[in-house]
Amino acid sequence: MIEAVELTKRYGSRLAVDHLSFSVTPGTVTGFLGPNGAGKSTTMRMILGLDWPDGGGATIDGKPYRELTRPLCQVGALLDARAMHTGRSARNHLLCLAQTQGLPSSRVDEVLDLVGLRDVARKRSGGFSLGMGQRLGIAVAMLGDPGVLILDEPVNGLDPEGVHWIRTLMRQLAAEGRTVLVSSHLMSEMSVTADHLVVIGKGKLIASCSTEEFIQRSSHKSVLVRTPEAGKLRDAVTAAGGQVTPSDDPAVLTVIDLPAPRIGELAAADQIVLHELTPRLASLEEAFMELTADSVEYGSAGDVTAGAER
Amino acid sequence: MTVATPAVSAPAAGHRPGFGDLLHSEWTKLRTVRSTTWSLIIMTVATLGFTVLITALTVNSWNTVSQTSRQQMIADPVSTILGAGLYVGQLAICVLGVMVMSSEYSTGSIRSSLLAVPRRLPMLAAKAVVFAALVFVVGTVVAFISFFTGAPILHSHAPVSLGDDGVLRAIVGMGMYLAVLGLFSMAAGGLLRHTAAAITVVIGLVLVLEPISSLIPGSVGKHIHDYLPSTSGQMITQGVQGSGQVLSPWQGFGVFCLWTAVLFAACCYLLVRRDA
Repeated sequence: MIEAVELTKRYGSRLAVDHLSFSVTPGTVTGFLGPNGAGKSTTMRMILGLDWPDGGGATIDGKPYRELTRPLCQVGALLDARAMHTGRSARNHLLCLAQTQGLPSSRVDEVLDLVGLRDVARKRSGGFSLGMGQRLGIAVAMLGDPGVLILDEPVNGLDPEGVHWIRTLMRQLAAEGRTVLVSSHLMSEMSVTADHLVVIGKGKLIASCSTEEFIQRSSHKSVLVRTPEAGKLRDAVTAAGGQVTPSDDPAVLTVIDLPAPRIGELAAADQIVLHELTPRLASLEEAFMELTADSVEYGSAGDVTAGAER
Repeated sequence: MTVATPAVSAPAAGHRPGFGDLLHSEWTKLRTVRSTTWSLIIMTVATLGFTVLITALTVNSWNTVSQTSRQQMIADPVSTILGAGLYVGQLAICVLGVMVMSSEYSTGSIRSSLLAVPRRLPMLAAKAVVFAALVFVVGTVVAFISFFTGAPILHSHAPVSLGDDGVLRAIVGMGMYLAVLGLFSMAAGGLLRHTAAAITVVIGLVLVLEPISSLIPGSVGKHIHDYLPSTSGQMITQGVQGSGQVLSPWQGFGVFCLWTAVLFAACCYLLVRRDA
């Protein structure tokens, strides 16, 4: 269980994290989302006692991180893959951390096996690829077999096999009843991994809800219609106030601003044959773009994806 | 699919960690990077090399050396033997001491270290104890070897033996000076968190201030000179108090320890206060 209460962090005059409160419950994978610069990493660092909050606080199982006696056995963290001395071997990096927690060196070999780095365990970690560094970071997080995991962009730099491995691992850890908080900018990845989302923008909480609910909240819903009389239906829909986007297939229309039953009724009234009528939810990515549109720190001038679909 | 289902093992056993475990961990950190071995090898080679070189040159040119210098060397031969090697060898300890801290910041491993020991100060204390102990042992061994190679070379002009007054204290004192110098550098590395900057500052304090301060005339200059970190610290490596010195060997070493304590206290304060 992770709880953040009114967490606040200021860098000069800029509020990086602004009275942020949320909780992360055991047994679920919680996705931590936000545009670049939203304060995700800063929030994680404050939860982990690396940065001092300017206000508020965070606890892990009821205690601030700094008061944990065997922190690595309670919380596993992956902040950035390069939090290690490049001249030290993977095994020695894990070994000196294990020793601080009173863990036996046999545990080091166990986690090296877990992440598949046994063969390169005695090589200097400076020569590791991004993916190998990421695996070593996961090994560090798993070292103390913790009940809480905090992972910042864990799939960064991993190949598809590695992405699949992390996804399976996170789901399994949550299924075992652990608390898993994972940040990512890959929405497609989050939509298949996270049960719950904490979404922030400009340091403020935008949403803390289930992934399904978050997508439902988006107004970006459309209806896919397949009909041999596309021109006729288009006129009827437009007259009723709907908006139609044509597709490559002349028989397929995408309708927004009208619900599926209403389109069916319009078609029936004009005796238009329909082959398909499918309400479509926004993707997580679309929902995310819509709900964080006001809080993008480094936005591009033209909102390319959202604009093209309207 | 070649990836096996990840197996999460049963809770790891182990015991409640104490300060001994932190010492063990810091020892692992220290012995598993190359800079430790290399710095200590350079320190050993430089110290012994310059001890032999300078004592041999001194003996060869004995007749051209000034009367005052000759009298100084006869009065305090152990300082003559250890001094030249120490002057150069100490630089390796400055560099290593700085890197013990600053490399944690430059590589990012400080975050791993502080996640493991979130109260922070126990980590710094363990690091200081392990590093100072290592430098003391290596420094004292090198001091003994220096003495036993330098003394026979100097014997014909300035005889000295281990049993003479202050000689054993001076030799062990060189190990003590290097250990405290290591801590001094380590604190500078922790304060500045940047390897090049911290090395520059430490070397400046140790090597550059001393000749500048000796230009200041009168008693004020003498006091400033003797109270500087490196000059005060090195007094412990002399057999006897020099005729122009305002501090005794132990007093000088005490002053150096105070300098180090102040720097270390600042390092502790900032380690706890600053974001990592």
